[in-house]
Amino acid sequence: MRKTIKATLLVMAMSLTFAAGPVIAAEGIKLPARNWSFTGMFGTFDRGSQQRGLQVYLEVCASCHSLRLLAYRNLAGIGFSEDQIKAIAAEAEVTDGPNEEGEMFDRPARPSDRFASPFPNDNAARASNNGALPPDLSLMVKARKGGADYLHALLTGYKEEPPAGFTLGDGMNYNTYFAGHQIAMAPPIADDAVEYADGTKATAKQIATDISTFLAWTAEPELEERKRLGIKVLLFLIVLTAMLYAVKRQIWKDLH
Amino acid sequence: MSNKFYENPVIKWIEYRLPIFSFIDESVGSGYPTPKNLNYWWNFGSLAGIVLTIMIVTGIVLAMSYTPHVDYAFESVERIMRDVNYGWLMRYIHMNGGSMFFLLVYIHMFRGLYYGSYKEPRELLWIIGVFIILAMMATAFMGYVLPWGQQSFWAATVITNLFSAVPLIGDSIVTWLWGGFSVDNPTLNRFFSFHYLLPFVIFALVFVHLWALHVHKSNNPIGVDIKGPQDTIPFHPYYTMKDLYGLGVFMIFFMFFVFFAPNFFAEPDNYIKANPLVTPTHIVPEWYFLPAYAVLRAVPDIWFISAKLGGVIAMFGFTLVLLLLPWLDRSPVRSARFRPIYRQFFWVFFIDCIILGWVGANTPDAVFHGIPFLWIGRAATVYYFAHFLILIPLISILEKPKMPPQSISAAVTGTASKGAE
Amino acid sequence: MSETASSDDKTRRDFLLLSTIAVGAVGSGLAVWPFVDSMNPAADTLALSTTEVDLEPIEEGQSITVVWQGKPVFVRHRTAEEIKAAEAVALEDLIDPQADKDRVKKSEWLIMVGICTHLGCIPLGQKASDPKGEFGGWFCPCHGSHYDTSGRIRKGPAPKNLPVPAYQYLTDTTVKIG
Repeated sequence: MRKTIKATLLVMAMSLTFAAGPVIAAEGIKLPARNWSFTGMFGTFDRGSQQRGLQVYLEVCASCHSLRLLAYRNLAGIGFSEDQIKAIAAEAEVTDGPNEEGEMFDRPARPSDRFASPFPNDNAARASNNGALPPDLSLMVKARKGGADYLHALLTGYKEEPPAGFTLGDGMNYNTYFAGHQIAMAPPIADDAVEYADGTKATAKQIATDISTFLAWTAEPELEERKRLGIKVLLFLIVLTAMLYAVKRQIWKDLH
Repeated sequence: MSNKFYENPVIKWIEYRLPIFSFIDESVGSGYPTPKNLNYWWNFGSLAGIVLTIMIVTGIVLAMSYTPHVDYAFESVERIMRDVNYGWLMRYIHMNGGSMFFLLVYIHMFRGLYYGSYKEPRELLWIIGVFIILAMMATAFMGYVLPWGQQSFWAATVITNLFSAVPLIGDSIVTWLWGGFSVDNPTLNRFFSFHYLLPFVIFALVFVHLWALHVHKSNNPIGVDIKGPQDTIPFHPYYTMKDLYGLGVFMIFFMFFVFFAPNFFAEPDNYIKANPLVTPTHIVPEWYFLPAYAVLRAVPDIWFISAKLGGVIAMFGFTLVLLLLPWLDRSPVRSARFRPIYRQFFWVFFIDCIILGWVGANTPDAVFHGIPFLWIGRAATVYYFAHFLILIPLISILEKPKMPPQSISAAVTGTASKGAE
Repeated sequence: MSETASSDDKTRRDFLLLSTIAVGAVGSGLAVWPFVDSMNPAADTLALSTTEVDLEPIEEGQSITVVWQGKPVFVRHRTAEEIKAAEAVALEDLIDPQADKDRVKKSEWLIMVGICTHLGCIPLGQKASDPKGEFGGWFCPCHGSHYDTSGRIRKGPAPKNLPVPAYQYLTDTTVKIG
């Protein structure tokens, strides 16, 4: 029996080693770990932070970064009412058409529309940003090692002067956490870069936290539902497995 | 099944025309005698079968909402994650199910290696199993391409490029595989088609695998043949119940990943849409391909064989060498319990496989305590093949095995030495 | 003594077995639901379930067909005679009795889903050149159902009138269907 347990552990260790391998292999910049409300088995998003994060996105990020996978109607998931969603959507313009004359036309966005993008296509985005393409943010937290930690570190990791001996390219900025340390995006946030509707003090850290929370949600909008269902499924399986074990023992008892 | 069951007129009518009830009974019912001493390592075959079914069912549902087109594939997967009812659940089960399937089958294979399940008269059973793992690898690879993320695209590029190592016609083969001059829409389309087809091929292979199994019945931990009814118990209810309990334990493990760590086995890069102009800095295959990937990269130029061709040959040899195993191992004793030398080398081999996986996860130019991973990978690769081609034949001839018990029933009642475990 | 003990044991065993089967069956049943539900309309499909129609360009006696939820919706600007004909029919003459005023919000505008209630074909009658059936409305060529100028079934195998979708006037000349 003990051997069995040992072997099981070995197998599990094997799967862990394999899976953890690439993470260990990543370049060795240590991300400061932060406490997020949405980690852990029971973690949920902080609604206030999410809603502030939306404000940060709309007022700061949206001028360059798209959020293509999100629809305005999805904002119901972070606690906005239908009327609030309609109002938020109506502030953006989306292209629709063709109309009866065969022309494309702009109209205010509706809740069923995806978030309006700042540029019509990637080339236009590059042309307006010195050749650098501001990536879509919908999946950013899932698409980077470290997730929300990375995002927060990146947003607060700018240095005005690169360390001695580091040559910075033209129009580039030094960032401790960006791969290669040269990033085209200028420091996007600073203290009081936004004025929060709910009166929260908008320190740079607070802004970074809020936008990271918001983007963690846009990357995994199913997170809360997933964990809620997961707890039920696991509890059910544990009960069922215990019962199955009892039946198995009963049946096998005759044999010995 | 009881005679009373067969007296039911409906059952009787069907059974006379299609003996399906007795077939089921003799396959997985009370009419299938099974060694009474199987341990929990014998649970993994049926578990793998169940996961195959889960993969097919979730896959069919996913295919209903997936669009195999380079412009829409990534978005359609994200639509599944966001808009389709329970789409995220279907996708996460399918995504993690792939890892689970390989985990179970690898354990199943190591079980076979340890207890000598590949030996006479189960050689064909083993060989069919090797074809199943090959089909699984092809299926998993093509499925990985479908979400059309950065890892998908570059995995497709790198793996299809392996075939360019074939002398003379290599480039033509690659163009043919792609249906174009790079991995593009035709490639995605055909991968989708094959990814949908191959699981049913696996299903058929599993059927043949079970057919062969039922001829000589399961091997068992002491590796001694069934001598008579005193050595067996009916599959149902004993092993059906044991398998169900094992299924419960496994499902807890599986569902933990699905609900609480769904991207544990995934690469962040695959949440970036495929970009044919930019390769991610680290291309890492899924964990279950890492050992084979390490072998691929380990081979240097040897005489007139280029490193590229040599790597490809070694990578295919990595799995195909298993086909020869029944004839490489000459030992008359099956179970490693009674093979003291082989048992030790089995564990060395097991660790070697883990080392290969670990090397596969690292870049070849990385260094571990002053030793380049390339060299670790080479040593582990040489050992891998040496284990099969040199050590196993040698051990099987030189080793003096312990005496296994006379019979399964003798082992169970403890009249003979219980061996190592 | 020993007999009762063993029968107790047997009862306990049966109870355990039956409750395990019950729990397992409930779990399997619940596990089927996500698979079934995944084939229901997705969130983005549900969000797109309204269509707006501009009535201004449709002249009297003309019809247009718009798409709502993937289905054709007939929008007809009825003539005075058509309205009169529709209103004059006695309810007892109808297969599916319904007054014309219950089928329209403004009597010159008839808006209904253009799918025959028999087996789902699209009735003819939208174009001036189409056959309009014996009652001057619509005619389904598949199995010969005749609809009147209010879209009510008058003759043929169809059991029900052409259904009127939920709609509202946003302005005097704009209608939102759905």
